[in-house]
Amino acid sequence: MRRIVSRSTELPAIEWRRVSPKLVGVELVGTLISALLFAAVGGFLIYLDVWFGWLILVAAVVLHAVMAVLTPRRVRSIGYQLREDDLVFRRGIMWQRFVAVPYGRMQLVDITRGPLARSLGLADLKLVTAAAVTNVSIPGLAMSDADDLRDRLVELAETRRAGL
Amino acid sequence: MTSAVRAAEQLTDGDWHRLHPATPLLKGGIALLAIAGVLIANLRERIIEGFFGGGPSDDDPISLLYDNGLLGWALLILLGGVLLTMVGFYVSWRMHEFRVTDEVVEVRSGILFRTNRKGRLDRIQGINIMRPFVARLFGAAKLEVNVAGQNANVQLSYLRSKDADTLRREILLLASGKRAERAGVSAGVPATDATLHGTRGVSAPDGTGQPADGHPAEGHRTAFLEERAREFLSPELDPDAAPPESVVTIPVGRLIGSILLSGFTIAILLVILVGIPIVVATGSYWLLLPVLPGLIGSIGFYVSRVMRSLRYSIAGTPDGIRVGYGLLSTSNDTLPPGRIHAVEVHQPLLWRIPGWWSIRITKASSSVGQSAAAQASSELLPVGTLGDVARVLGLILPEFVGETSTSLIRTGMLGRGAPDDGFVNAPRRGRILRPLSWRRTGFAIDPTALLLRTGAVWRHLVIVPHARLQSIALKQGPLERALRIARVHAHTVAGPVNSELPGVDREVAVQLYLDLAASAAQSDRTDRTHRWNAGAAELIAEFEGSAGADGEVVTDGAPSREEPR
Repeated sequence: MRRIVSRSTELPAIEWRRVSPKLVGVELVGTLISALLFAAVGGFLIYLDVWFGWLILVAAVVLHAVMAVLTPRRVRSIGYQLREDDLVFRRGIMWQRFVAVPYGRMQLVDITRGPLARSLGLADLKLVTAAAVTNVSIPGLAMSDADDLRDRLVELAETRRAGL
Repeated sequence: MTSAVRAAEQLTDGDWHRLHPATPLLKGGIALLAIAGVLIANLRERIIEGFFGGGPSDDDPISLLYDNGLLGWALLILLGGVLLTMVGFYVSWRMHEFRVTDEVVEVRSGILFRTNRKGRLDRIQGINIMRPFVARLFGAAKLEVNVAGQNANVQLSYLRSKDADTLRREILLLASGKRAERAGVSAGVPATDATLHGTRGVSAPDGTGQPADGHPAEGHRTAFLEERAREFLSPELDPDAAPPESVVTIPVGRLIGSILLSGFTIAILLVILVGIPIVVATGSYWLLLPVLPGLIGSIGFYVSRVMRSLRYSIAGTPDGIRVGYGLLSTSNDTLPPGRIHAVEVHQPLLWRIPGWWSIRITKASSSVGQSAAAQASSELLPVGTLGDVARVLGLILPEFVGETSTSLIRTGMLGRGAPDDGFVNAPRRGRILRPLSWRRTGFAIDPTALLLRTGAVWRHLVIVPHARLQSIALKQGPLERALRIARVHAHTVAGPVNSELPGVDREVAVQLYLDLAASAAQSDRTDRTHRWNAGAAELIAEFEGSAGADGEVVTDGAPSREEPR
């Protein structure tokens, strides 16, 4: 029988390097905070006797519960790999996105650490090219890994530097 | 060598120079006119009374001043204001300086808040010379050096009209990497602290020992006027800098036709065809009130579109393509090779009747002046036939346009999506998402560029050179996954051209993604356009010693402020 939902897309011959599983914790806390905010809005509307207050409250709880359940899979879907000429990055389960950034096109490599990620020893690494749509940010790297990766990427970018 | 060329060489000698003396007037001219306008409007009644007699009203400000014996003071204050403004203009002119070195173009300006703006020559994306109508009357021109980045342009406004042309050539020469040739020339010219207006009449011998053939600019008013008139009427393309003939000419009839056949016209016709019967049937003529100003405004829109695109010209020069625009206010853009990040050939629906096309491009810099100018600079060919499109593409993508690619471009523009037409087409199963255009949706890869064909009603062909690709994305949503299709997005710098291709078969899309990533990386090794005329040895030096950001803005003075525009 033909499968109704086809397989997810895969790139051939790429061993993805995964990010730290600790990122799940960071994401879950973020989800929780957002859920609380929405629930607070819903609660406030219920307090004001607005009829759709309950709707918002229930929707917020359900949506965030689904997001929380999916978080481990979402984190597992994040991967990157340094190939010979470019860095490839993937993320997403329902909406998959693969991006390849040639080393020569990198303009800047950025490391950011949120307060929660820092307490777990994690950092985000962001690649910037001349195109704003590139939008590659690798979250949940161990701090030392992030520093090493940045140095490596800057070195690679320098040797292959091209015009814009 | 003309005196103007020598003057421009002095301008690029690395020392600081000043701008056209009328600069503050041209920049503050509108404000002055506005103030004068307000004053005149306020005093209008008074003036009329002065001429025709009649009793002065008591609340008139001048009567009040006169009655209280303060008229003298008021005049003094007015005189002081005018003097202060003039001193301010003079000081701001003295403080506004620029220099061109082998590496950067730099401008510093401002009296209290100093602004210092630098643009790296190897990141020049184009040089635009604009001559607004009023500035043209003064023989002044605005030279804008576009460096990569939003709002990162270095503006030299205003320069003497002739100097602007030669200065552009000199800057492009420096930027192109032909430094060895330059070194010999500039050594022969003494570095004098010459302001722009002073250099032209100087008859010092130049490097070759010949006397300058400049005009004796000893204030002959007739000579001045003649020169103005000549500049005003001369063709937009400098004859000795470019082949005098434009590759494409747009007849006025076609220009007007192209604008009449735009979507805007359809909207207006709809309003008229639907609106007037309703108004007549219901008798509610007041409905016309809000519509009429819109109609009058639309006439203004048409006129400005036609005026802007009149005298359009495009030609190739050794330092890039030159595009000229405009009848009264002119704009003249030079794009060095390799500065075009994406090209889109497209055809609005109604243009299919006469078979016209238009070409848009994405550049790394954006002109932030008037939006019309920005639009003009991204619209490389406002309207043209198939042959015009081929000629313009041949100019802007010389390494791409050849025997095989010509047929690719043709099928990309006109093809309906036959199985073996040179394009890899989207599968039939994607037609739910794109019921009309799935047949035409497809791509082709050339050794130097990627071609994307989309749109059945509004036909588009997008060409992205591999060397300008910044990154590549492959995306798939849940619906697309069910249909086993995916979309590939060739990332370029932000611009008007959309280089995303939806509805590709999944396996094909993965292969396209990998191929593009490989050819983008490959093109790093072969692309040399950022110093387009440099020799190999210089390039190596360039590669090893390159660092720093493009178009930095450094502001000294406590409150950080952008350069006033």
